Amino acid sequence: MSDDLRIVENATCTFCGCVCDDQILTVDDKAKRIVKVKNTCALGRAWFTEHSIEDRPVALIDGKEASLEDAIEEAAQILAKAKMPITYGLSDTTSEAQRVAVAIADMIGGCVDTTTSVCHGPSGIAFEGVGESTMTLGEVKNRADLVIFWGGNPAESHPRLFGRYALTPKGMFTPNGRKDRTAVLVDVRRTKSAQVADIFLQVRPGKDFELLWALRALVKGRKVGPEIAQVTGVPLAVMEDLVERMKSCKYGVLLFGMGLTMTRGRHFNSGALLALANDLNEFTHFVAKPVRGHGNVTGADNVVSWQSGFPFGVHFGRGYPRFSPGEFTTVDLLARGDADAAMIIAADPAANFPKAAIERMAQIPMIVFDPKETATSRLAKVAFTTATYGINVPGTVYRMDDVAIGLRPAFDSPYPSDLVILTAIRDRLRVLLADDPDGRVYGDPRRPLAAIPA
Amino acid sequence: MLERMVLVAGRTSKQGTSLNAGKLAGDYLEVTSTSEMNSDDMARLGLKDGDQVRLRSAAGEVVVRCTGRPPGDLPSGVIFIPYGPLSSQLMGSDTALTGMPLSKNLDVEVEPLPGDGDAAA
Repeated sequence: MSDDLRIVENATCTFCGCVCDDQILTVDDKAKRIVKVKNTCALGRAWFTEHSIEDRPVALIDGKEASLEDAIEEAAQILAKAKMPITYGLSDTTSEAQRVAVAIADMIGGCVDTTTSVCHGPSGIAFEGVGESTMTLGEVKNRADLVIFWGGNPAESHPRLFGRYALTPKGMFTPNGRKDRTAVLVDVRRTKSAQVADIFLQVRPGKDFELLWALRALVKGRKVGPEIAQVTGVPLAVMEDLVERMKSCKYGVLLFGMGLTMTRGRHFNSGALLALANDLNEFTHFVAKPVRGHGNVTGADNVVSWQSGFPFGVHFGRGYPRFSPGEFTTVDLLARGDADAAMIIAADPAANFPKAAIERMAQIPMIVFDPKETATSRLAKVAFTTATYGINVPGTVYRMDDVAIGLRPAFDSPYPSDLVILTAIRDRLRVLLADDPDGRVYGDPRRPLAAIPA
Repeated sequence: MLERMVLVAGRTSKQGTSLNAGKLAGDYLEVTSTSEMNSDDMARLGLKDGDQVRLRSAAGEVVVRCTGRPPGDLPSGVIFIPYGPLSSQLMGSDTALTGMPLSKNLDVEVEPLPGDGDAAA
């Protein structure tokens, strides 16, 4: 450790969707390391203190070291030639970079999809059908007296959610902090989060929808028989007690995780929970919000929505955006063999997609952006080593409650940001597509070049 | 001896902290290849902490280590594993027109491999 240590106040952690912007970093500029972090959790501490600048080439083409310029040219050529290119990932980069990635997908008439499609994508589908009674985490801190965590384990996945917003902080109408709140956990497993809950409902695996629907019936005053316990694993008396608490609280919150979206029923499960929150507004104020995983996955939803009108799974091939989960989502495009090229930005689908999708990734030219070597970068035709957002790169991210937050990086990286590389690829594509022999611009010959967004 | 169980994949603190060192590094691979099983189920299957089991779904099969959890924490017939390359190999690619492959509550066949505590594959 050198003697010249520098403090970065109010830095933003982008490890999870809490996006805590009160981190105090002690930076060793000579060693290019963050040596100490205040106001953080176990995940944030590892995120900052284990960050190091890796000694890798800035770019690889076919696994061989290449210049940044050659790699950008190769990437642009791949995208210009492809008929069904996918742009995927985007949840661990800045919203400025996300914006350019969407513009590229629009220019080349391809698909843009984000890690949302394998995260809370089903909740996104449910929002369209049911709506979302929503809030910010500041409201939760200041007002919530009943907080229900459903299908998630924030103690391990979002450790500061309890202490910073949802459970212990003292707020305007919750002056006694934890004492003013009742915490409920609904999950298949008794996780570490159960230790902080006043009430734990252990639902049978795959029976969330049934439990939510029975709660809706009880809220509406319908009769539910005791046999519901055999179905859901939760006794009727426990459900009736919870319903009474939900109807009589002043400000209730449902914070839900991927226990609902990644299991059978998917968007029906999320939809049932959102409908329960809506129903409860006949009695009190009740809100619901998905707990988001990656640091800027919420930004990805926001940016893709501003630019296309839809949050994920968007195809621009007809010259206008079309949203079709199951058709234009990445797992499906790959597993069916539709995709003929892919640009993967800050994600590792080769480690977390089904086998059929990974097999397709190995067959098509892929352009991969990542600060580290990953299973996906190993499959890349063109691999860029990038600077890490939040630690090396400034910009904007969105917290899980759709609040935009600025990044205050700790130190520079010798590697370019996603934004710098994406902008260079976009600029090269403008030239390549202007000369396209098929007259293709944006994948649609009817659209004039002048309409390309800045 | 084969049993049918339900596999739940999810996040853990160790999975989250270990990925910062790199997802191709030993710690992350170790964490994501260790499953949790109801301790009564393990005893019935003749398994002890650190033993291996083969998990087989309609999409694929993997070998993972197992550790016991009290029956009150993890119901009988449920296995938990941190998300990672191994849990993904058990996922099918059908998304039922949502974009989301099922990765929780997967039906798996469990084959105990007691006394075979070498590195999981």
